[in-house]
Amino acid sequence: MEMPRIDVAYIAELAKLELSAEERARYTRDLEQVLAYVTQLEKWDTQGVSPMCHPLEVYDALRDDIPGQSLSNEAALSNAPQQTDGQFRVPKVVESAH
Amino acid sequence: MTPMFAKHTLSALRQKLMNRELSPIELTQEYARRMQELNPELNALISWDTERALQAAAQADVNLPLGGLPIAIKDNICCLGEPARCASHMLENYVAPYDATAISKLRAAGALPFGRTNMDEFAMGSAGENSAFGVTRNPADENRVPGGSSSGSAAAVAAGMIPAALGSDTGGSVRQPASHCGVVGLKPTYGRISRYGLVAFASSLDQIGTLTTCVEDAALLLQFLCGHDVMDSTSSLQPVPDFASELHRGVRGIRIGLPKEYVSSGNAPEVQDALNAAVAVLEAQGAEICEISLPHAEAAVASYYIIACAEASSNLARYDGVRYGYRAAETSDAPGDLYARSRTEGFGEEVKRRIILGTYVLSGGYYDAYYTRAQKVRALVARDFSQAFERGVQLILGPVAPTPAPKLQAKDMTPLQIYLADIYTVPANLAGLPAISVPTPQSGLPVGVQLLAPHFEEARLLQGAAALESAWS
Repeated sequence: MEMPRIDVAYIAELAKLELSAEERARYTRDLEQVLAYVTQLEKWDTQGVSPMCHPLEVYDALRDDIPGQSLSNEAALSNAPQQTDGQFRVPKVVESAH
Repeated sequence: MTPMFAKHTLSALRQKLMNRELSPIELTQEYARRMQELNPELNALISWDTERALQAAAQADVNLPLGGLPIAIKDNICCLGEPARCASHMLENYVAPYDATAISKLRAAGALPFGRTNMDEFAMGSAGENSAFGVTRNPADENRVPGGSSSGSAAAVAAGMIPAALGSDTGGSVRQPASHCGVVGLKPTYGRISRYGLVAFASSLDQIGTLTTCVEDAALLLQFLCGHDVMDSTSSLQPVPDFASELHRGVRGIRIGLPKEYVSSGNAPEVQDALNAAVAVLEAQGAEICEISLPHAEAAVASYYIIACAEASSNLARYDGVRYGYRAAETSDAPGDLYARSRTEGFGEEVKRRIILGTYVLSGGYYDAYYTRAQKVRALVARDFSQAFERGVQLILGPVAPTPAPKLQAKDMTPLQIYLADIYTVPANLAGLPAISVPTPQSGLPVGVQLLAPHFEEARLLQGAAALESAWS
């Protein structure tokens, strides 16, 4: 595969990270180096090989649907940055009009 | 640094507790004293709660199999009511609202979780230097790193601040620091130990493991950590054998493969010496060492970093400042700003680097070229091992890391150079195999050797490790 020019600013936006100009330059350099190295994956013959998603055989893991004990509302909210009336509270979010 | 107390094994301490030579409270007090004394130099622990530990010790039942024994816990495994910071500002104020299954199992066997060990942030690193709570130092040489990412667990056990610790191993994070610090590091088969309550990094690779002063202690802890758990659908249904029963059987007649790809000119002389010493010991004890080939060995690091970063970018998407974790103080009302500001301020440099790499390889147009390709090569790496085992090899021997512990702050290393040093540990994670690092008797810096076994053959793995240890202790 040809080494594409990496648009780190765009990737960071997808990942919801804000980068300074210095960070953009650094991460671009690091990623280009890593991606140049991983192009070696191309040299192995993977004809007819299935992608391996999981190291062991996966089985049907659904259990019976029996109500059980789960975290209390209080415990679930115990690490919330902000809460109100037993719910997570977030700052106001406004979609700007286009 | 290593007085007699430091060398006490879990089984020796257990004897003392059962004979009433020592009470659980006295034992906890002694380790609290050692933490107090040594942590300022080593920074192996992010926090420890002596009062809570003493309360638990007062209730301890020494007749239980691990009764009254303190175990330190890597900061990414949840203990009810204790911080689980993952050495990240992102989780600086997080207090676990439940016990990980591994922790409830330890408690049920009588053990006392005590101390949160330092680590690379979110388990991303190989030196212990990526912690938001400062670097950990290697007890064998304080100018060197302890390895990572279970840096604090390895250093604390090596320094005798705790008799044993839990770690996690996604690409070598238990075995490599064990090798660098001179302790035993066991990564069981993927799925052996429930991952419920282990903060996710790369879910198809993560496994909880143990750091102990001897192989017998690794077997003892493993015995009580294993088993299927309805809370982790990837935890195995395989029966759990008695891991101690085969421990001292020796290696007579066992075939052990030495991959020719692992005997590399890139290995430091100490590492090659350790490997040669292991071969000599195993042969002297009647094992048959045979050369094998793992043709895709050199592809492992490339495959691993694509997969691990892809999974990490997905797993770490949950840190958005809404339900738990760090929330930026100042955000605009634009959609997504809360997420972006919180993540930008909360995550450290290496975590961001891996999220960006993972996001890139999963993004439109690159998914097949990188991610799918890496998963196919992963299958080839795993097939090398299954073919070796099918051809009659019962264990595989290799190095743990190409060098002993590097000096602190090796800032001239690029991320790629750091990743490449994981060459000998990532294959076990890609293939899901159990593997162990056993310390060799070195005059200089600690160096371990690694044994690998087929899936769920931990008993044989421990048997081989015990044979090495018996020749060297």
